[in-house]
Amino acid sequence: MLELRNVTKTVAGADHIRDVSLTLAHGSLNVLLGPTLSGKTSLMRLMAGLDAPTSGHVFFDGKDVTGVPVQRRNVAMVYQQFINYPAMTVYENIASPLRVAGADSARIDREVRQAAELLKLTPYLDRTPLNLSGGQQQRTALARAIVKNASLVLLDEPLANLDYKLREELRAELPKIFAEAGTIFVYATTEPHEALLLGGHTATLSEGRVTQFGPTIEVYRHPVDLVTARTFADPPLNTIVLRKSGASFGLEGGISLPVPDGIAGIADGLYTVAFQPHHISLYKHTPGAVPLEAKVSATEITGSESFIHLDFADARWVMLQPGIHHFEPDQTVRVYVDTRHLMVFDQAGRAVEAPMARAA
Amino acid sequence: MASIDLDHIRHSYVAHPKSERDYALREVDYTFENGGAYALLGPSGCGKTTLLNIISGLLQASHGRLLFDGRDVTNLSTQERNIAQVFQFPVIYDTMTVYDNLAFPLRNRGVPAAEVDRKVRETLEMIGLSDWAKRRARGLTADQKQKISLGRGLVRSDVNAILFDEPLTVIDPHMKWVLRSQLKQLHRRFGYTMIYVTHDQTEALTFAENVVVMYDGQIVQIGTPDALFERPKHTFVGYFIGSPGMNVLPVEVEGVTARLGEHLIALPGAPKGAATELGIRPEYVKVGAEGIPVTVTKVEDIGRHKVVRATLAGQEIAAIVGEDESIPAEPRVHFDPAGINLYADSWRVETGA
Repeated sequence: MLELRNVTKTVAGADHIRDVSLTLAHGSLNVLLGPTLSGKTSLMRLMAGLDAPTSGHVFFDGKDVTGVPVQRRNVAMVYQQFINYPAMTVYENIASPLRVAGADSARIDREVRQAAELLKLTPYLDRTPLNLSGGQQQRTALARAIVKNASLVLLDEPLANLDYKLREELRAELPKIFAEAGTIFVYATTEPHEALLLGGHTATLSEGRVTQFGPTIEVYRHPVDLVTARTFADPPLNTIVLRKSGASFGLEGGISLPVPDGIAGIADGLYTVAFQPHHISLYKHTPGAVPLEAKVSATEITGSESFIHLDFADARWVMLQPGIHHFEPDQTVRVYVDTRHLMVFDQAGRAVEAPMARAA
Repeated sequence: MASIDLDHIRHSYVAHPKSERDYALREVDYTFENGGAYALLGPSGCGKTTLLNIISGLLQASHGRLLFDGRDVTNLSTQERNIAQVFQFPVIYDTMTVYDNLAFPLRNRGVPAAEVDRKVRETLEMIGLSDWAKRRARGLTADQKQKISLGRGLVRSDVNAILFDEPLTVIDPHMKWVLRSQLKQLHRRFGYTMIYVTHDQTEALTFAENVVVMYDGQIVQIGTPDALFERPKHTFVGYFIGSPGMNVLPVEVEGVTARLGEHLIALPGAPKGAATELGIRPEYVKVGAEGIPVTVTKVEDIGRHKVVRATLAGQEIAAIVGEDESIPAEPRVHFDPAGINLYADSWRVETGA
């Protein structure tokens, strides 16, 4: 397993990574989720041994490898901005780690062709990378990582430049390949949807810190703080600051949401109440859903669903509504908040309690 | 702004094209209306960038004519066509301030200083970089630079059209939401003619009034987002739009019933012609205790809903189940007839009442 203990990386006085501790098992899929500059690439470089931590330790299978350079570790890393050998054919690019490892030509041929087939590169094996599209070059870099058979594979937003449907396919295939090989697989993305589709475990990153690490769906459903909840929401998380008084959260003249049962005992005061865009609806799906009047600022239609942007008091929300719904800007609509899925955060942004238990 | 006529446009990168196969872009005969918001959507190699480059003048079509408001511009250069373009990667002047980057295209055309200032400030506000106006562009993050590129495309109001080539690829998801809705508001306010190339279905569908779906060098369907979702003209559209894409099952059709193996499926109407495939989106496959028995192979919980993968009469099928719904121990599926389309040789066959 790969273990990071209290790893910090400081560059020119700025903390790029702050006190990160993580343990990743063999055969596991681990997603690093966070916006640009949250520290995903820096953390991967520390995991790979491309950079040494300023403080803290990195262990591999119990052995301290802090400061052991990448050449002496069995690691493959693929960046969003792919790197290939320009003078070599696609075939030779993919074969290169096998040649370095001294594999015989029969094995090289078999593995190169297998990886090429998977990544739909078979027709391009004789070309050089410069004669390929960006997506094909990226797939060449991915194929090389596959044949390398590394014990640690780090992919940094590897599918960002690829076609939507190809991404869908590779997102399903890549984890399978690496899981079968027992690889520790680390995958960085800015997209919550991609993390959910990959499954496995997710570490959410913000400003160089890991805010939470756990099974992906658990982190999504039970974020420990507001930063994590926001990182893991796309469309953006809907929030509003409300005052708790007795059994309800309220805003003068506007809204009254029930305090979820599990946290009924919390002190009165200000809290941030949050819910996902699909937990607000034009229809009353459950008896407990709370009605309120909001103003439409814009509507986007994807063909099967509508993203309706709403203004409510000082808050800007997005409602994800199945079906096609046209609204004029500034039109007032009645909407219902599904109170079963409310998340409540204190003024410091910590979850008062992770979201309410879902209806069984 | 102008309307754009593609008059029997075709393009081949080969000197003497012999067959359809030699055309990167097969014949397109279509008008982009003045003030319309269009998206060109398709996988890489489908011809969408070729088409965009023909409109912008980066590429001269080997056949056909291009007209802006009825005026033949086929032989005019990009500059003479007077269009604004935003590319996938930032195109900016690193040594200039953010403000000057936006002011540059206006000053170049002799726009009065007061007008330059007004337009630049308005655009900075829109792209959320007002506080960065005096900073040099060098040292900004990739997505900030791309926002400047977007700003440069939007700052001029005298252009014939604004062309976007995958402009949001390098932008963070949260910022994509903001920029997309701003582009939409802008379109509504100023009525720009906008053509937006992307391989991202969400971007295309939310941005455009009309989406042009391209595949293998040809346009397979032009339609509103709901038409593409509800009535895909070609099974490729069904596959490419939607996640997961439309299920396509081989069937034998008899009147208003389709037969799949030993199972019968009620159709919304009888097809007006031979049909051999049934298309149904996962959203219209209801999982419950009624209908045709299936074997569930995998359930993907993606938060707001679950994607159920199953086999039905030897065919793989995907269904969508709500977040708070459960899957019965002996699951069956029912096809909502409203969501059924029929196909022959991949093209949609109309059904009667």
